[in-house]
Parts: sequence; C-alpha cells; structure tokens
Amino acid sequence: MKIHEYQAKRILSDYGIPVPAGTPCRSVEECVTAARELGGNRWVVKAQVHAGGRGKAGGVKLASSLDDVKQHAGSIHGMRLVSKQTGPEGRIVRQLLVESGIDIDKEFYLGLLIDRSRQQVALLASTEGGTEIEEVAASTPERIFTVYADAESGFNQDDLTELAARLGFEGDINTAAVSLFNTLLKIFVEKDASLVEINPLVLTKQSALLALDAKLSFDDNALFRHEDIRTLNDPDEQDADEIEATRHDLSYISLDGNIGCMVNGAGLAMATMDIIKLYGSEPANFLDVGGGASTEKVTNAFRLMLKHPNVRAILVNIFGGIMRCDIIAEGLITAAKEIHLDIPLIVRLEGTNAEQGKQLLEESDLSIISAGDMADAARKAVEAAGGAA
Amino acid sequence: MSILIDKNTRVMTQGITGKTGQFHTHHSAAYAFGKDAYVAGVTPGKGGQEFEGIPVYDSVAEARSETGANVSVIYVPPPFAAAAIDEAVDAGLDLVICITEGIPVLDMVRVRSRMKQTDTLLIGPNCPGVITPDELKIGIMPGHIHKKGPIGVVSRSGTLTYEAVDQLTQLGLGQSTCVGIGGDPVNGMKHLDVMKQFNDDSETEAVIMVGEIGGSDEEDCALWVRDNMSKPVVGFIAGITAPEGKRMGHAGAIISGGKGTAEEKIRIMEECGITVTRNPAEMGTALKNIL
Repeated sequence: MKIHEYQAKRILSDYGIPVPAGTPCRSVEECVTAARELGGNRWVVKAQVHAGGRGKAGGVKLASSLDDVKQHAGSIHGMRLVSKQTGPEGRIVRQLLVESGIDIDKEFYLGLLIDRSRQQVALLASTEGGTEIEEVAASTPERIFTVYADAESGFNQDDLTELAARLGFEGDINTAAVSLFNTLLKIFVEKDASLVEINPLVLTKQSALLALDAKLSFDDNALFRHEDIRTLNDPDEQDADEIEATRHDLSYISLDGNIGCMVNGAGLAMATMDIIKLYGSEPANFLDVGGGASTEKVTNAFRLMLKHPNVRAILVNIFGGIMRCDIIAEGLITAAKEIHLDIPLIVRLEGTNAEQGKQLLEESDLSIISAGDMADAARKAVEAAGGAA
Repeated sequence: MSILIDKNTRVMTQGITGKTGQFHTHHSAAYAFGKDAYVAGVTPGKGGQEFEGIPVYDSVAEARSETGANVSVIYVPPPFAAAAIDEAVDAGLDLVICITEGIPVLDMVRVRSRMKQTDTLLIGPNCPGVITPDELKIGIMPGHIHKKGPIGVVSRSGTLTYEAVDQLTQLGLGQSTCVGIGGDPVNGMKHLDVMKQFNDDSETEAVIMVGEIGGSDEEDCALWVRDNMSKPVVGFIAGITAPEGKRMGHAGAIISGGKGTAEEKIRIMEECGITVTRNPAEMGTALKNIL
C-alpha cells in the first residue's frame, strides 16, 4: 500500500526526523491560506499523487509570493499529471502540499527496502540526491553505498558511521546521520514498510539534515496489524476496477489488449497472458480467480473484464486441481447467462473432472468455444477477437 | 531415489484442526503411502484430539518425540504462520513445508535469520508443496496428474506447475519429485537449492524449472547450472507481458526499477545453456526434445 508524501512526512516527523513545515490542501484557497500561515517569503507547491517524477511533470513549483502560490496551485490542482511512473493515462491531482522553502546546501538519496537475495533490510545511500536511484544504479553504481540490517540487532553502528562519512558527513552531522539511519530502520520494522525512501535528504545551509521528500509503502500482508496505516489509504489513487476486484477477492490488473483472461493461479495467469501475445494478440488484463472459483466469483470476474472497452473475447483457462472442472463449468454457464455475455468465450478446462466439465459446456445452449490445451485456447481466442494485431 | 521426501518420510500437519489443514491432510493421507506417512497433527490447546485416526498434539516438539515425525506441513493462518515455522525449526525437524499465503515479509526475514544457525530446510511459504509421485504428497497439488519417473520439477507457481507436470505426464514422462518453492519474495529453498539436490539425485535425469518475473533467483540458479549441472535443464519464465511496477498476484512477482523482467531472466538462462521455451503449452515437449 502506498501513501502520500504529506502522510509519509507526518510519520517521519512523529519519529523525530526533521521535515519542512507544510500543510496538505484540497483547494487553491487552502493553499494560499496555508502559505500565509506558514509565513516567510518562499514556498513550494507540490502535487500529491502516488507516483514519482512529479517535478518533471510540472507537479512541483516554487513560489516567491502569495500570488505565485495562488497561480501555481491553480495550475497544479486538478491537472492530469503524467510521469514515467503514472503511465500515459496519468493521475488527477486532488491534493496539494504547501511547504516553506528550504535553503539547500547538498542533496542525498536514502532508501530502505528488502534485499530479496540476502533476505535482509538494506539501506541504500548516495550522494546523487534528487535523481531516481535506478538511474544512478545504471550510470554510476559506485556512488551507491549499501548497509544491511541484522533481523535482531539492526545495523552495525560502525557501518553506519562509515556510510555517513562516505556521504561526506563529519562531526555532529555524522552523528545526526547515524541516528537518522537507525530511526528509518525503526520505522521500516515497526510499520512493516516495503519501502522507505527519502529523496532528497538535504543538508541545509544552516547545517541541518532534513527530509525534503519522502515516500513510504507498506507490506499489504502486514496491514492486518496496522490499523493506523490502513486509514491512510486514498482510494482516489487506486484503479477503481482493482478496488472492485479486491472486494470480490480477485486479483486483477487492467492492461491494454483486447482479450480478457480469467485464470486460476498467478503463475498460470501470467503464462496465459504471455501465450496470447505469442499467438499475435494482447491480453486485456491479469485476473487470478484463486482457488475457489464459485459462480459468484466467476460472475464478478466476467463483469470486471467486460468493463474494459477494448475486450473482444474472453479466454478462461482453468487447471482444476482440488477445484473440480465440472463445478467450474456450471459456474461459467450460470455466470455467462446472468450477465448476457455477448462476446466469444473460449474455455480451456484441464485437470480433475475436465471431461465432465467440457461436456456440460457443450450441452449448454451457450456458444462457448471449447479448447483442448493452452495453445489451442490462445489460437482460438486470438481468432475470435479479430485475428493477430 | 527422489529428493526431500519419499515413502519413509513421517509427516505432521501444523494447523490440523483448521478447515484447510483437515481438507488437505485428508487428501494427502489418501495418496499412495500417505496413510503411513501422516502420523501427527499439531494445534496448540487441542492436544489429545484425533483427526481421522491421526493424533493431535499441543506442540511440534511433543509430536516429534511421540511419533518420530521429521517433516511438517503448515496450514496455519498468516498472522501465526511465522511462529509455526519457528516452532518447527526449534524442534529440529529436517524439513518444513509452509503452504500459507500472505505472511508479512518482515516475519519471513526474522524466520530466515533464525534459521541460519540450524539445519532445517524450508519450502515456501505461499507454495503448493512437494510431491514424490506414487510415494508421498505433502501439499495441495492434485495427486492424480503425477506419474513416477525421471524428471525433476521446480517452480515458483502452483497451477503453472500442475500445467508443466500434466504436459510431462501426457507425454509419458514421469517425475522424480515436484517442488513448489512458492511466490513470496523472502522464502526458504530457492531454484538453486532444489537444483543442487536434483543434480545429486540418481533417479532424476533432467529438470524443468518454472520461474516468473521478480527477484533474481532464476538467474542465480542458471549461473550455477552453467558451472555445475550434469543434467539437461529446460525452463519457462512467466510474465513476458507483465507491466513494470505491478504485483502480478504473487507477492514476489513484480518488476521494479527495470529489474526482474522475464526477458532478462530468459536471456541469462539461455546463455547458461538452459533450453528456454517461450510457449507455456510446450514445456513438456521442450523437455522431451532434449532427452
């Protein structure tokens, strides 16, 4: 689960990490009031969307008067922000963050995440602050320093002192940086984060460390024990269909193609998408119905897929293990009738009671196209959807 | 021979009084030598009960000392599953197979850190389990699609593994052992660990490895195969069409920062001498063609 920058900064601030003074706003008027109350003569107006690359996309602007604040807030509020991370459809900006301007001396990158190979939390730090870490990793990997945390004892403090020194921190700043690193790990562990990123961390002209930007994401599997984090969820930032899918216990991701696919199991669902492409078309979605594909679930799955404007055919690929194919077939027939399915439906059933399942489909008065194996199913689906792209 | 489990393995089910634990223990015990193999169940506070003739104990340690069970399978709900693995590790079991999906990643980081000082092996979590055809099934896979034979199967997926197994069986190619290592980012045995065991197993003549986007386990395994494997390996990677930054069902199936793409995995596997098919309907034939 992702949260907004202003929410992330509130969490950092709760743990004692310095962040710029700022106020989240939902309108241009609120932005102007916030700037006036913050005082000073320089402000930053920042779009609050769950995606990076906001600056380049025109979602972050500096203001040196209240008129500037009003003008920038006006241009950002309600804009469709399109960055590399949002995809071409972009995100509508509904919330803004107005912050006091900061006198920056130097910028750094800090990120905590789970290193899958080492099975440890890793702290990545770099002097190349403000740049996307993937770019730094690609162009100047020697400028990224990494320290790993022990699951029980946390970071080795000497490692942190050395890391801080490599970033150029000496004396009191070095001590402050080490303390900051430890606090970030504490946040990561206590909140079950999957990413804690401060980019940039800045050294101000007043020689203080401050989190100028912050990004936090959380492990969905751990949300059951973090009610405080769950309340930070912003449904406006999620795909409406994906929210709908979650409600029906379906795993769904919308894609650009024209063949809807409904599969049991994540790996087989991906493989089904892949074979659709291999036979010349593109999948319209990823959809895993999971282990128990009840009639209700199948009906909901069909409804979701049909919301997609480009869908020309639906491919159902079920490997019935514990789940019996005859039960699935009954569910498919009932669901197809209930929603008056009017595009070609290609079904491939394999596994337990597959023959009974196929027979049920044939005996139904629906024009279901039955397929023998995955390749046959993909070929028939591509043809039914109008041929290879 | 086979790897990890055979008809002499003695198994306990952790979470045997839950609906899922009972359903799958029932079906697993009914497969091949399962009736002899499933000797105990564990649910704290339910010791003294029985499930279909299998005695239930309060703790793993007790179940082990009373029955000699050396392997456990876990169907405990996610909030308690990490503690269940810890308990099995502390009791010194040889192998723990955790089926549970949805365990917090940091719980698994702690579990794996504790396991460094022990010899216990872990399969999963979020996996279908392990089966040695005609001998023993530990997990949720459909037993009847399997056939005894010389092909090792290792996979991060559930139904996609069944697909691979089914294709092999249809072609008359039986399996030595099929191992579902699971779709979580932090887990127990990886492709590489299972591959080493297949290489050492006299019964296994070839291996099919099924991977997916995310992480670098397939690449690590491929490099080992290039330098050490004495048997042919066929591979398939799911997710060529998966978009970056989206979690494809499995917690670990995500391309992030351009890393973990299917194309990159396929490229490295091919460079390491693994025969990779891009068609999931041809995993079985790809293997048959290299024998």
